[in-house]
Amino acid sequence: MADWSASGESPEYLFWVGCAGSFDDRQKKVTRAFCEILQKVGITFAVLGKEEACTGDPARRAGNEFLFQMQANANVQVLNMYGVKKIITTCPHCFNTLKNEYPALGGNYEVIHHSQLLATLIQEGKIKSNGTSEEIAYHDSCYLGRANGVYEAPREIILGLQKELKELKSCKTNGLCCGAGGAQVFKEPEAGAIDMQVRRANEIVESGAKKVAIGCPFCMVMLQDGLNKTGKEKEIQLIDLAELVQQTM
Amino acid sequence: MITWVSSIIFIALLLSMGQRIVKRFKLIAQTIHLTQPLYIQDHPKERLNRMMRLAFGQQKMFDKPLVALFHLFIYLGFILINIKVLEIIIDGIFGTHRIFASILGSFYPFLINFFEILSGLVFVACIFFFIRRALLPIKRFQHPDLNGFPRKDAFTILGIEMILMLALWTMNACDALLQQAGNEHYPLVGQFIISQNFIPLFTHFSIETIHLIERIAWWFHITGILSFALYVTYSKHLHIFFAFPATYFSNLSKYGTMQSMPSVEFEVKNMLGLPTDPNFTPNPNQKFGAKDVFDLHIKNALDAYSCTECGRCTEQCPANNSGRKLSPRKIMMATRDRLEDVGKVLEQNKGNWVDDGKALLNDYISGEELRACTTCQACLQACPIELNPLDIILQMRRFQIMELSDAPNEWNLMFNNLETNQAPWKFNPNDRLNWATEQ
Repeated sequence: MADWSASGESPEYLFWVGCAGSFDDRQKKVTRAFCEILQKVGITFAVLGKEEACTGDPARRAGNEFLFQMQANANVQVLNMYGVKKIITTCPHCFNTLKNEYPALGGNYEVIHHSQLLATLIQEGKIKSNGTSEEIAYHDSCYLGRANGVYEAPREIILGLQKELKELKSCKTNGLCCGAGGAQVFKEPEAGAIDMQVRRANEIVESGAKKVAIGCPFCMVMLQDGLNKTGKEKEIQLIDLAELVQQTM
Repeated sequence: MITWVSSIIFIALLLSMGQRIVKRFKLIAQTIHLTQPLYIQDHPKERLNRMMRLAFGQQKMFDKPLVALFHLFIYLGFILINIKVLEIIIDGIFGTHRIFASILGSFYPFLINFFEILSGLVFVACIFFFIRRALLPIKRFQHPDLNGFPRKDAFTILGIEMILMLALWTMNACDALLQQAGNEHYPLVGQFIISQNFIPLFTHFSIETIHLIERIAWWFHITGILSFALYVTYSKHLHIFFAFPATYFSNLSKYGTMQSMPSVEFEVKNMLGLPTDPNFTPNPNQKFGAKDVFDLHIKNALDAYSCTECGRCTEQCPANNSGRKLSPRKIMMATRDRLEDVGKVLEQNKGNWVDDGKALLNDYISGEELRACTTCQACLQACPIELNPLDIILQMRRFQIMELSDAPNEWNLMFNNLETNQAPWKFNPNDRLNWATEQ
């Protein structure tokens, strides 16, 4: 972003990579896939790089409002300094916080999740599928679905790529949590009968789906762990919506 | 002479029950107002619309259509049969009988027939609900949340409703016989659609006995209704009143949005040298987060009193479903239990609060429950009247972390990482762009 700023130009989007997208090995692939798509369709974007910091979502939901405010106010400063108008992100947690919680701190941006942009690009014919028809299930993440009502864009991507959409038993408003949210992913779960990610993984196994599309880095981590624990990790593939699109381009 | 005496007894009954009901509502209002105030004046149209849809129109109930239909019968019965109760009250005070018959003329029998059909539907619905609750393997009703009073409460209400309907039919059946016998006090309004089936039960009695049964049923009915109104204030059935303000004042923002804490925002902005809200004055006694109901805000208290313990939230809660201690329904019930206990202290101390050494945190809701929440909002989605257990959980988590520094070790590590590396994991912030050059 600093380079764009120095050149006096402004990109169409600020791509908010997020901590998982920057540091998690699995999610880094998603970050790269998404960038490749943006470059192919000719959408200009910038990233903050070292100037990006966690939105503060896990701190806030754990109860550490001080730490959230520290992170968030600092981020708002940076974003406002660059005059950012439009933000795109591959993480529903970043998406929710940037979109719904930063305005109260003076950070007002148009924030979209990558599934929304990809769905639009497919609809406009800017992305064309040359892939084969196959059945894809979609796992609704809580912070994209219930938190923000984005249920259709991910499904439009799957259908737009000429694939068959398979609905899991718990889907849309009934979507079943992977167990990561509310900062749970950063600690051991409380005592219980079954790990939440295993419960969701069991439902995926029972559905017979072989490929599950995901739009959240934390769902990806949790469900992969869940699948590993069911022993079906070789038969069932988890794939981010960006990767799904990139593979067919 | 008799009518004169019965009028006095009736007025005395009405006043004493009325006074007790008013006293209960006053105590509840006083207790609720011990919580933090909220001033909600925004979007009146949208709020009214929401209240009409969710409370009056019961839109979200229809996520389970059959249940919603039966619930609708009881709801309509409750609202419309009140017109009949109004007549009973006027008759009771003035010693008249079926006062509306002379006013409404030929419309009156139509109206009573309509009420009888409704009462029949209410009765069927009550039987359905009774069977469902007692016999069907529905987890949310067998759930340990409901052990003790809550389960008894649900059955008591269904029982009272059925008995009241039976009293109404007995009254109308005997009434028809008294009309036939030419008792002047009983206007000729005819037989009614359901109660006419009960007439054969009474024909072999003498006219005096029938008159006595009719009077007993009449008194039983009105006493039952007044007792019911008082009982409701102790019961989960308070939702029949509170669902309206609860939906009106419900959160209009997206489910995933957490509200900012002005006190923390003020301090942090000061620390970072950012401009602060000039209208904000920090309170030196400010507590961060909620330890007890007094720290929650008034909408949380209203929610607790509005919850009818249906358990749709807990049915959907992934933590509860995977055997965690957390149950969003229990969060609401525990909050109400605490408010009720605070109310008892107020009653014992002439309306003044005296510390009873207890608090919502730990005495009613444990840290383990709070920490099991994934903030997935399935409970918010499931609640037919948009109650918010998540908000209570998150306010209490804030107290745990910011006042008690009570966090699992892994969370403390995560906080440290955020402070030093701006990421929840221990990565060097300088490596944030490495993904671009790796393959």
